[in-house]
Amino acid sequence: MGKNQTVKKIVIFILCIFLALLSVMPFVIMIVNSTRSTTEIQQHAVSLIPSVYFANNLKILLGKSFNPAVGFVNSLLVSVGVTALATYFSTLTAYALVVYEWKFRNAFFSFIMAIMMIPAQITMIGFYQMVYKIQMTNHLSMLILPAIASPSMVFFMRQYMKPALSLEIVQSARIDGAKEFFIFNQIALPIMKPAIATQAIFSFVSSWNNLFTPLVLLTDQKKYTLPIMISLLRGDIYKTEYGAIYMGLTLTALPLIIVYLLLSKYIIAGVALGSVKG
Amino acid sequence: MKKKGTFSYAKYGYLFSLPFLLAFLIFSLYPTLYTAVIGFTDLKGIGKTTFNFLVNDPFANFKAVLSSPTFHTAFSNTLKLWICNFVPQLGLALLLAAWFTDRRFKIPGNGAFKVLFYMPNIITAATVAILFNALFGYPMGPVNDLLTRFGILSEPFNFLVKKDIAQNIVIFIQTWMWYGYTMIILISGILGISPEIFEAAEVDGANGWQTFWMVTLPNIKTILLFTLVTSLIGGLNMFDIPKLFLLGGPDNATLTVGVFIYNQAFSGGYLYNRAAAASMIMFVIIVVVSALLFYILRDRDEAALRKIMKQQEKEHRRKMKEAK
Repeated sequence: MGKNQTVKKIVIFILCIFLALLSVMPFVIMIVNSTRSTTEIQQHAVSLIPSVYFANNLKILLGKSFNPAVGFVNSLLVSVGVTALATYFSTLTAYALVVYEWKFRNAFFSFIMAIMMIPAQITMIGFYQMVYKIQMTNHLSMLILPAIASPSMVFFMRQYMKPALSLEIVQSARIDGAKEFFIFNQIALPIMKPAIATQAIFSFVSSWNNLFTPLVLLTDQKKYTLPIMISLLRGDIYKTEYGAIYMGLTLTALPLIIVYLLLSKYIIAGVALGSVKG
Repeated sequence: MKKKGTFSYAKYGYLFSLPFLLAFLIFSLYPTLYTAVIGFTDLKGIGKTTFNFLVNDPFANFKAVLSSPTFHTAFSNTLKLWICNFVPQLGLALLLAAWFTDRRFKIPGNGAFKVLFYMPNIITAATVAILFNALFGYPMGPVNDLLTRFGILSEPFNFLVKKDIAQNIVIFIQTWMWYGYTMIILISGILGISPEIFEAAEVDGANGWQTFWMVTLPNIKTILLFTLVTSLIGGLNMFDIPKLFLLGGPDNATLTVGVFIYNQAFSGGYLYNRAAAASMIMFVIIVVVSALLFYILRDRDEAALRKIMKQQEKEHRRKMKEAK
């Protein structure tokens, strides 16, 4: 038994190492190649030793109307906006569901559960036509405002708030003369901080990575978000500039990788938490 | 007195859910209905917003989509790509989850493994798609470089022009991006099972394999259902990877319904009406499939229990009312 277990453990460990390498290798190749010249890449596309063409690749990349800084700022605006609105209003809606007794409360909650699964992509034609009609296609607000209604986040917040927020605290604040909106902002929101932090990370990442909606709505280059910028790397202008392509990919992926590794503990815990509550 | 107090607060319930409701009506319900309406019109052409309803044959767009060979290809591709990635993804995730939660031995560094397995999921799908396009490049992409250097291939191979290989790479990318996520969810599900059940199984002399099939699996049924439904809905909407990896090619081999809808509406003839009809077809399929899955896999005992509890609650409320 003991020996068998040891063999099993070693086999599992080796498999895990293999999978870990599989996760990491594409990004390692990407980062290393972003420092190598196109000629070097064409001779040997895989190398673990960085070269010295980082600045040169960057120059070629930026020379072809690729402006990651603009994409970065736009993506940041959208993602921060989406995260702020989604977390605040989802918590507010959850508060309405947990704290108050009103006639349609249960119906409203069932309704939220029912619409949780509807993907935004499916309704994009109507959304695009609506936005086009009011001539707002190149306004980033059209990517941000829909976040006020985030059904799955409301669901999560409600599940978290139910045991976390005691109605007695709300009651005693009322006796002290606090207004309802004040109680929500000053008492409920701080209690919900851990849930808000978890949801904020996922809201930010999914908004940051979203390609479909911006691709449909944005036609003005100055409004492009990062994923659209990335999609330009697929175009003909970079056809043989391998170094520049790897550079562009690295510029967009490396910040995410670094932030992920720094926050990984919370992110992994957040994924697990989301599934248990969901 | 107290009852009266809570009653007067009801208006805040409405007030605080109002922003959600308004945003939902404007940005979600209205576009959904509008999409459905456009499906019955002649709306096409770049920049057009005015339309007429199709009088002679209201379902013309739906018929056109359903009889379009390209849509058939896109639909069967979408199913194939989803099934072929979901099965190995779930298998691998279950296996890893079972190992990582095994009470008899601990794998060294499993925290670090979790972090690395999940990492591809957090990276922008657009970046991943173009990165893999570069990795499989011809004649001198990294994959070709490795295969020729280790003598597995005698000369570089153009992977991306072969239909099967292109599909398999998309399947690989999807699996690679999602098995870590599924694994973490399953681990948290397994950790949620009461340890006493495992102890009882151990006392009864069950081996690891038996414990997995008889104890672990039945107890994470709900989480498996959650994984299945979310993955299926995501899979039916698959867009970023197939759109940017090979633009749906070669020869439509990686064309998914999501890419089909996008191409119909935002390139070529700008057929918003066809795209809307295709969207609605997918909408109905998603609703039916997820309702069906919930129905089939719902925990019958739990449903019965809930019914009883509801009745008791009603009874309780009635009694309270009478007492008052």
